Amino acid sequence: MKIVDIKIPGKLSQKEEDLRASFLRQLEAIPNSEKIKSCIQCGTCTGSCPVSYAMDISPREVIALFRAGDLETLLHSKTIWVCASCYACQTRCPSLIKVTDIMYALKRLAIEKNIYPPHFPVYSLSKTFVNIMNRFGRLHEPLFLVAFLMQTNPFKLFSFMPLGLRMAKRKRIAYIPSRIKNIDSFKKIIKKAELMEMPNVHEEVQYMKDTVGYGAVDKGIVLEPTKK
Amino acid sequence: MDYTYYPGCSLESAHSSYNDSVKKVFSVLDCNLHELEDWNCCGATSYMSVKEVVGFAISARNLALAEKHKRDVIAPCSSCYTILSKTHRYLKELPELHEKINECLKEGGLSYNLTVNVRHPLDVLINDIGLEKIKEKVKHPLEGLKIANYYGCQIVRPERGFDDTEEPMTMDNLFSAIGAENVYYPMKVKCCGGMLMTTYEDVALKLSKEIIESAVNNQANCIVTTCPLCQMNLEAYQGIINKTYKTNFNLPILFFTQVLGLAFGFSEKELGINKNLTPGLKLNGTLVHQ
Repeated sequence: MKIVDIKIPGKLSQKEEDLRASFLRQLEAIPNSEKIKSCIQCGTCTGSCPVSYAMDISPREVIALFRAGDLETLLHSKTIWVCASCYACQTRCPSLIKVTDIMYALKRLAIEKNIYPPHFPVYSLSKTFVNIMNRFGRLHEPLFLVAFLMQTNPFKLFSFMPLGLRMAKRKRIAYIPSRIKNIDSFKKIIKKAELMEMPNVHEEVQYMKDTVGYGAVDKGIVLEPTKK
Repeated sequence: MDYTYYPGCSLESAHSSYNDSVKKVFSVLDCNLHELEDWNCCGATSYMSVKEVVGFAISARNLALAEKHKRDVIAPCSSCYTILSKTHRYLKELPELHEKINECLKEGGLSYNLTVNVRHPLDVLINDIGLEKIKEKVKHPLEGLKIANYYGCQIVRPERGFDDTEEPMTMDNLFSAIGAENVYYPMKVKCCGGMLMTTYEDVALKLSKEIIESAVNNQANCIVTTCPLCQMNLEAYQGIINKTYKTNFNLPILFFTQVLGLAFGFSEKELGINKNLTPGLKLNGTLVHQ
């Protein structure tokens, strides 16, 4: 059984077809990801998930929506961002579905299609991480945290001050970022790998309203994509 | 015995106590840890969620550097352990990806031939060194210390490595062998929220609170963990948890190597226990650190 054998559920819109093609390409980079076909909708994943209470679409429904041919709803969900990557669903799934890896694939797809609000914390976090890594080869935690908060919520910096001081007092903050020696070869590897990343460029740029992070679902806000 | 040592970014700064205590514990057990020269960050979960090929490529750079030494790699940070072993396994199972990554590595003058074995220090302690040898080296048995063993997600789950995914016992066996008492602890593999603490704080606070609460309710003196991020969430955010949930927790959160080091007779300073934010581990009735 291969990824390409996964049948489409019926007539899809052009947009949905494109999303499906990109998603299946993402799945190809995950060993045994074709198991997504074998879901029995038992709900073990949702029951095992420590954060499913905070999701708008449960992990079981994620698989169901994919099968029903509705990736667009999935990519606009809070679910893919709130996943803590604890792998409880994946190790317990009786059909051996790579649920956590599928969540990662959906996150990458949403980022590729620019489906996330501006200043979105999860994306900013990853982006900041990547920027620091590419520069130093290692992660400098204090710089990481400050850069991340500056982008998302500068006022929060103040609330981190007391903790920062306590950490500093106990000599747990390194003030100077450590950098790898062979940074040139490291950068060359990244440059080459970036070329090999997803082949298609962003065809259609979409932005969502700033309603995904921080409890949008609790407020009953319906997520609607808006064109730029 | 000789091992290649991959400390990871977190152990360089905020969790240097983990770094120090791992080194101390292994030196007593006649193991030489050779730090991998010019290692880079493993990429953690953040890189993987944005760029997959780049994520695998930078992680594989470490494996490529380690390969020529022909030794097992020890990675104490749970995240590094998972990412490095995941990279190894994915490259092994997907020849196409392996080829792609090797092309990237070639740009930096490296290649990876799938021969590195990534290990967690807990695995090495139990399976290579053995409880018998560890018991021989104990100077101060941990009698009277009640431990809640917290394994977290990353070392037991995604790679199904050296222990059970639902009821891991390696750490329990280790501490009962050196005299401590393991309390009933159903939260041992529950998620602490991880990086959600910076993005969806309310969710992570709830998860961390449940983990501490269960240890307190079962009369543990401390939570012992293997993961820098879990340690950070449970320790540094204890005050915020107390404020949010009107609780009164003041539980020491230690690395398993710090507790083992105490049994081997190292001082709290040597093990970095004085760098911990939560005070008050009682051992044999005396306060180890305040």
